[in-house]
Amino acid sequence: MARKMNSGFVAWLRRDLLLAYRRRGEVASPVLFFMMVSTLIPLGLTPEAARLGEVAAGMIWVMALLATLLSVDGMFASDYQDGSLEQMLITPQLLPLPLLGKITAHWLTTGLPLTLVSPLLGLMMSLPSAGYLPLLCSLALGTACLSLVGAVGAALTVSLRKGGLLLSLLVMPLYMPVIIFGTATVSYAVDGLNWLPPLALLGALLAASVALCPLAAAGALRVTASN
Amino acid sequence: MSVSQTPLLSVENLAFERDDSGLFSAVSWHVVAGDILQIEGANGSGKTTLLRLLTGSLQPSAGTIAYLGQSISACRYNYLTDMLYIGHQPAVKLNLTAEENLRWMVATAAKSNELSLNDALIQVGLAGYTDIPCYALSAGQHRRVALARLLISDARLWYLDEPFAAIDKQGVQFLQSCFQQHVERGGAVVLSTHQDLALSNVRKYNLSACAEQVV
Repeated sequence: MARKMNSGFVAWLRRDLLLAYRRRGEVASPVLFFMMVSTLIPLGLTPEAARLGEVAAGMIWVMALLATLLSVDGMFASDYQDGSLEQMLITPQLLPLPLLGKITAHWLTTGLPLTLVSPLLGLMMSLPSAGYLPLLCSLALGTACLSLVGAVGAALTVSLRKGGLLLSLLVMPLYMPVIIFGTATVSYAVDGLNWLPPLALLGALLAASVALCPLAAAGALRVTASN
Repeated sequence: MSVSQTPLLSVENLAFERDDSGLFSAVSWHVVAGDILQIEGANGSGKTTLLRLLTGSLQPSAGTIAYLGQSISACRYNYLTDMLYIGHQPAVKLNLTAEENLRWMVATAAKSNELSLNDALIQVGLAGYTDIPCYALSAGQHRRVALARLLISDARLWYLDEPFAAIDKQGVQFLQSCFQQHVERGGAVVLSTHQDLALSNVRKYNLSACAEQVV
């Protein structure tokens, strides 16, 4: 009976995590990109700790955003090609729940690793020590927002042959509040101010995204399927 | 068919247009428990579209589809719970093994019986292939993985789009015996295929005839 009442969330989450595990190399590429760019910045900009520390928070956030954007593109692509997406659309469950499962899997395989390696990058970019905890917290909340919003864009562009650029244009404006409050959290902390208000705003953004993005993505996928 | 029996599925005056040109119109038929309906028609006559209309993922431009006398949008949950659709693409993930593929397919479906995944895979002829990643399997074997869902599902309505594609002769025979068992248990099958079935109780519906009425 318990299985008959399933929401589809767990089934899709487990499946996507298993798939990610099988394609470890591919899934790791956003994190590798994130780390590679971070090692280049001190070379290109300046190795001077004081000047680097000023831009560190912003740079790390921009790179985290770009790394997520790279991976969001493929969120539904292979499911669309092999017919799994069609099967998802005709499951009796409410579509946002399986989608939330997929999005959670995406965050666990991109956003979470990005968050976990960020202190290392902070070290490379001479981030002042007051900024580490805020950086971790803001990235954990922020990358979840990025995955959720990105899923809406990916759902809208999945049926296009080359949706990559369009996807970036669609989701970029929605990413802006995330990066503004994300970098604000870190720079407030570095400047010795109270960094909880911007983090709370980031949390509010996440709450809104969790509530709205799966619904929007579900709507977008239904439109996609009917074309 | 007895008159008192409500049809499991009835389709009335169904029409579908794409880009302002009609694909087919005035498609009407019904399916009662125990029916096998074979949709025929030339390539491009809309067989796949018709099946996707039945699953509710496409909206018809006119006409109604009713499940047990109720419009399918009015009883969406019950209808989708009682339906199994296997499309042109088998929805098999190449990085997963046959058993893992079947496990998530079953986990996302609502109704399933007690048959174990392994037994189902053995019955469809994949014994010994259950724990190899699917990229090492052939196209016909991918389709067999998807078709193993038929054995596990408890859904009464089966919609199959070209189920015999890439399947060998023994496989075709096995599938037909599955259809027979399914309709004897009170289910119904709607399938599109160009192949003639060896079963006696098959009704045919030609979709090409509906296309000619479109201006």
